[in-house]
Amino acid sequence: MNWIIIFHAGIATGTVLLFATIGEILTERAGILNLGVEGMMLMGAMAGFSVSLSTGNPWLGLMAALAAGGLLSLAHGLVTIHFQADQVVSGLSLTFLGTGLALVLGDSLSGKQVTTIAPIDLPILSDIPFVGDVFFADHSPLVYVGYLLVPLVWYFLNRTRPGMHLRAIGEKPQAADVMGINVYRLRYFYVFVGGCLAGLAGGIISLSVSPGWYSAQTTSGQGWIAVGLVIFAQWNPLRAAVGSYLFGSLRRFLLDLQGPATLLGFTNPLYVNANLGFFLQMLPYLLIILALVIGSRQAKRKRLGAPAALGLPFIRGTKG
Amino acid sequence: MSKLNSFWKMMATVIAVLAIMALVACGSAEEGAGEADCDAGGGSEEDGAFQIPEAIEGCHNVAWVYIGPHNDGGWTQAHDVGRQYVQDNMEGVHTAYVELVPEGADAEQVIRSLARKGFDTIFTTSFGYMDATEIVASEFPDIDFIHVSGFKANGENFGNLFGAMETMKYLNGMIAGSRAKFDGNPKLGYMPTFPIPEELRLGNAFALGALVTCPECTVDVRWIGTWHDPVKEQEAAKSLFDGGAQVVMNGADTPAAAQAAPEGKWGITYNWDGSCTSDKCLTAGYWNWGLEYARITELSMNDEYVGGFDYFDADSGAMGLYGYMDGEELQPGVAELPEEDLALIQEVFDKAMAGDFDRFDVFAGPIMDNQGNVVLAEGETLEQIDLDGFAQFDVPCETCMYWWAENFNAELPDL
Repeated sequence: MNWIIIFHAGIATGTVLLFATIGEILTERAGILNLGVEGMMLMGAMAGFSVSLSTGNPWLGLMAALAAGGLLSLAHGLVTIHFQADQVVSGLSLTFLGTGLALVLGDSLSGKQVTTIAPIDLPILSDIPFVGDVFFADHSPLVYVGYLLVPLVWYFLNRTRPGMHLRAIGEKPQAADVMGINVYRLRYFYVFVGGCLAGLAGGIISLSVSPGWYSAQTTSGQGWIAVGLVIFAQWNPLRAAVGSYLFGSLRRFLLDLQGPATLLGFTNPLYVNANLGFFLQMLPYLLIILALVIGSRQAKRKRLGAPAALGLPFIRGTKG
Repeated sequence: MSKLNSFWKMMATVIAVLAIMALVACGSAEEGAGEADCDAGGGSEEDGAFQIPEAIEGCHNVAWVYIGPHNDGGWTQAHDVGRQYVQDNMEGVHTAYVELVPEGADAEQVIRSLARKGFDTIFTTSFGYMDATEIVASEFPDIDFIHVSGFKANGENFGNLFGAMETMKYLNGMIAGSRAKFDGNPKLGYMPTFPIPEELRLGNAFALGALVTCPECTVDVRWIGTWHDPVKEQEAAKSLFDGGAQVVMNGADTPAAAQAAPEGKWGITYNWDGSCTSDKCLTAGYWNWGLEYARITELSMNDEYVGGFDYFDADSGAMGLYGYMDGEELQPGVAELPEEDLALIQEVFDKAMAGDFDRFDVFAGPIMDNQGNVVLAEGETLEQIDLDGFAQFDVPCETCMYWWAENFNAELPDL
C-alpha cells in the first residue's frame, strides 16, 4: 500500500464528486433543493460521451455535458420556482427523467471508444515531494480546474456582492425581494449553474475517470453521494473539497487494503476475510444516510448552517 | 382576446388527443390483422416500476430477464445479442425482455408477471435470480424456466444453463502468463465479484493457465462486490496495477481492466466480443448465447425441454476467445509474444474447439492449493458438481471449488 497512490487516486475520482457537490451547494444556497443530481450527471455523461464520439474532441464533449445538465435543471427550476411545486418530489422526478432520457438517447453508444482527456503534470509544482506527486502530477486537467473552482466559489459566496445576493435569496427571499433583488430570476440562474456543474461532473466520468458509456451504471449513484456531501460539507465549498477528496481516497483505500497480508506487523483482517471489505465499502454510504437524516431535521439543519429558506417556494407578496 | 386564446388552446389539445387516439387505433388494427407477426414489437404494460412486455398470440413467446441494461457493453449485452439471434433465426418465435431487474423480490414479481402474460419460455440471466425463478417455476408447470449461472434445477420445467468459460479463462491465463514473463514482471491480477463458486472456478482456471506459460507468476486479488460498476471496476483494476500487476483479468463486465492499464501493462476483458477493442486489451473470453438459446427454445417449443443442468463446452460454439475466432486478429499485445508460447496457446485452443480439451482437462491433477494442500492428485479430475459447488451452500460436492490455486497471493473469503 502506498499513500501517495491512494490519495492521488482519491483526488482523481473525488473531482467528480467535487463538481457535483459545489453545483448543488450553489443551488441550495439559493434556496432550491435539487435531488436530481444523479439524473443530470447521467445526462451529462451521455451528452459528453456522444459529442466527443462524433466530433473527436473531448473538450467539446465537456461543453455538451455542461449544457445538458444545465438544460435539464431548468425543468426543475420551472416546476419549483415558476409553479412552486414541492422541491423534493420534483427533484426525484428529475432523476428519473434524466436517467430515462440518457438511456434512450445513449442507446447506441455502449461499447464505443472515444478520445479521452489525457492527464498532465503541472510544471514546477509537480516536483514538490509528496504534495506534488499527490496533487499536481498525472491528473486530468479538470482536477486542476477543481482546485481553482473551490476558492473562487468560496470567495464569490462570502466576499462579493452577487454572492451576498445569492445567500440572501436562500436565507430570506422576502427581504431580498424588498431590497430589489429579482428572486425568481436569480434562483433560476443558480439552479442552472448547479445543473451545469452536475452535467460537467457526469462528463468527467465518461470522458476521463472511467471513460465509456455503460448505460444506467455509468455514474453508479455518485449523484446521490454528492447530495449527501453537501450536508457533510455544511454548504461550504472548502469543506466540500475535503469531503470529496476524502471520499474518493476512502473508496480506493478499501480496495488497496485487500492487497498486503500483514499491516504494521499484524495480520491484515481484510486479507484474511474479504467479506469484511464489502462491509467497509458500505460504510461511506451509511455515512451519507446519516448525514441526510441529520440534515433533514429542521433544528439540526439550522445548526449545521443550512440556508433558512431551503426547500421553501418563494411566493411574492407573502410573508416568509 | 384571452378568451379566444384559451379556446384555441383547448381546440389544439382536443385535436392532439384525437390524433394520438387515431394513431393508437391504427397500431392495434395492424396487429390484429391477418396472421400473427412474431417479429413485431409487442406492447407492454406497467407493473410496479417495470414495463412488462405482452406476449403475441399465435407465436411461441420467449422472455428474458436482465440484471443490467440491454446495452451494458458486457454480460447483459451478450445475452441480448443471443435474444436477437433467436428472434431473427427462428420462425414463429416472439422474443421480449425486461431489463434492470434487481435480484430478490423484484425479480420474483417480474418473472411471475411474465408467466401470467403468457410467455412460454423464460430465461433469467443473473446468478441471484436463482431462487426467484425456482419459486415461480413451481407455480407455472407448463412454462419452461431456464436460469443462467446457478446451481439449481427441478428436473421438470426449471433448469440451469451455463458454459465452461473456465476453458477460455485457462487460455486467458496462458496468454497473461506469457505476456507477464515476456515483460519481465511475473505478477497478475484478478478482480472477482462475489464469493460464489463461479468466481473461484474462473479465477482458478486463469491461475492454472498462467502456470503453464509462467510457472513463477503469482495472482493478486481484489474483490469488488459488483457485477457491473464501471467506476469501481476501474478503481479495482488501478489498485491491482499500482500494486504491481502486469496483466489484470476482470471477473465483472466492463472493459475496465484494459482501460485502466497504464502504458506497458495489459488487461483482459470478459463477456462480450465488443469489450476487447482497446490495444491494451490482450484477449477476452466471451459468450455466444444465440446458439444455446435457439437450441433450448426449439426444445421448449416441442415440449421436450427437461429442466436439468445444461453445461456447454467450448466445442458448442457458444463461446469465444477474442483474437482467435474466425474473422478476428490477434491483439497487438499477443501477436508479439514468443513463438513457442503462441504455438502452445493455439494448440490448447484448437483442442478446446474440437472438444478434446474441456473443463475437466482444465481441472486435472496434479493441482495444489496455496496453503500447500493437494487439491487433486496426479490423474484425478473434478466432477461436475465440484465445479459449481461449495459445501457451505449445502452442495454435496466432494472436492468443492473452495480453494485458491497455488500461485494465488490471497486468502479464501469467509462464507
